Amino acid sequence: MSVSDIATVVPGLPMAEDGPVFREPWEAQAFAMAVSLQGAGLFTWGEWAAMLGEEIKHAQAAGDPDTGATYYRHWLATLERMVAAKSLTDAGTLMRYRDAWDRAADRTPHGSPIELRPDDFRGA
Amino acid sequence: MSSGDHDHDHDHPHGSDLSETQLRVRALETVLTEKGYIDPAALDRIVEAYETKIGPRNGARVVARAWTDPGFKAELLKDATAAVQTMGHVNRVGDHLIAVENTQARHNMIVCTLCSCYPWEMLGLPPVWYKSAAYRSRSVIDPRGVLKDFGVTLPEDTEIRVWDSTAETRFIVLPMRPAGTEGWSEEKLADLVTRDSMVGTGQPLRPGEPS
Repeated sequence: MSVSDIATVVPGLPMAEDGPVFREPWEAQAFAMAVSLQGAGLFTWGEWAAMLGEEIKHAQAAGDPDTGATYYRHWLATLERMVAAKSLTDAGTLMRYRDAWDRAADRTPHGSPIELRPDDFRGA
Repeated sequence: MSSGDHDHDHDHPHGSDLSETQLRVRALETVLTEKGYIDPAALDRIVEAYETKIGPRNGARVVARAWTDPGFKAELLKDATAAVQTMGHVNRVGDHLIAVENTQARHNMIVCTLCSCYPWEMLGLPPVWYKSAAYRSRSVIDPRGVLKDFGVTLPEDTEIRVWDSTAETRFIVLPMRPAGTEGWSEEKLADLVTRDSMVGTGQPLRPGEPS
């Protein structure tokens, strides 16, 4: 599926003339994960668009100005919900890994690549 | 966890810092990779396909202005962080940005030997090769050889200076203005400025050269 096809089924995707616009690297990572999982048949763009739409509606109801600047935060939240809904993982596991990455960042000197080690999972 | 966004606390002055969002993205990526649902190399390919889309355009505009406005160029070389902010399109330059000028005598190249620090507010997402161990190590040992691989051959007497980026300090190369562009507008000039020319692994396009 081409990017313009994705844009027709996924509402609100920030686009330039011929591609999505990312403001930060994590946005591209989150985008690529969704593209990859969809490509593997783990969900359809229809399911994705429905869930993302819900996420954005919730955010708007909670006061999100929805200027496009927060779009990929909704995208990320959708990704977290989708992988749980499809039983690829669950919120608890994601939280455990999130905490491990936090500990990995804490012990890594500035400028060095941050990598996970088994002991980052301790004390969870 | 969809509403869990908050600023990461700063009680660890010596460590690195990942934002709450970055932590969540890394958690997802690690879990899904370990379970075999995604392949980081495939993600890289997807990102690479799109990475030119967020645009080295910010950087290209900065370079084109420096080519046409000597005052701006002086400011840029003196304090790039402040200079690019006057252009109004950068919403976050948290890092110290340094512009290094190419001349006949010196060619500049950017690398991050440790990881992949990159001035992405200026140049978009880093290309996959920039993050590769091969580029990171070889740029320092054999910059002329690396340039050759990129199709760039410099005069023997041109010094090559390699700048190692860090989490705090990023670099952007100010390439030499191509000949035959006298009187060109800033906008037209910006089209000649390629991403690689601002990393130092390429030259700007020449007038009429296809991009």
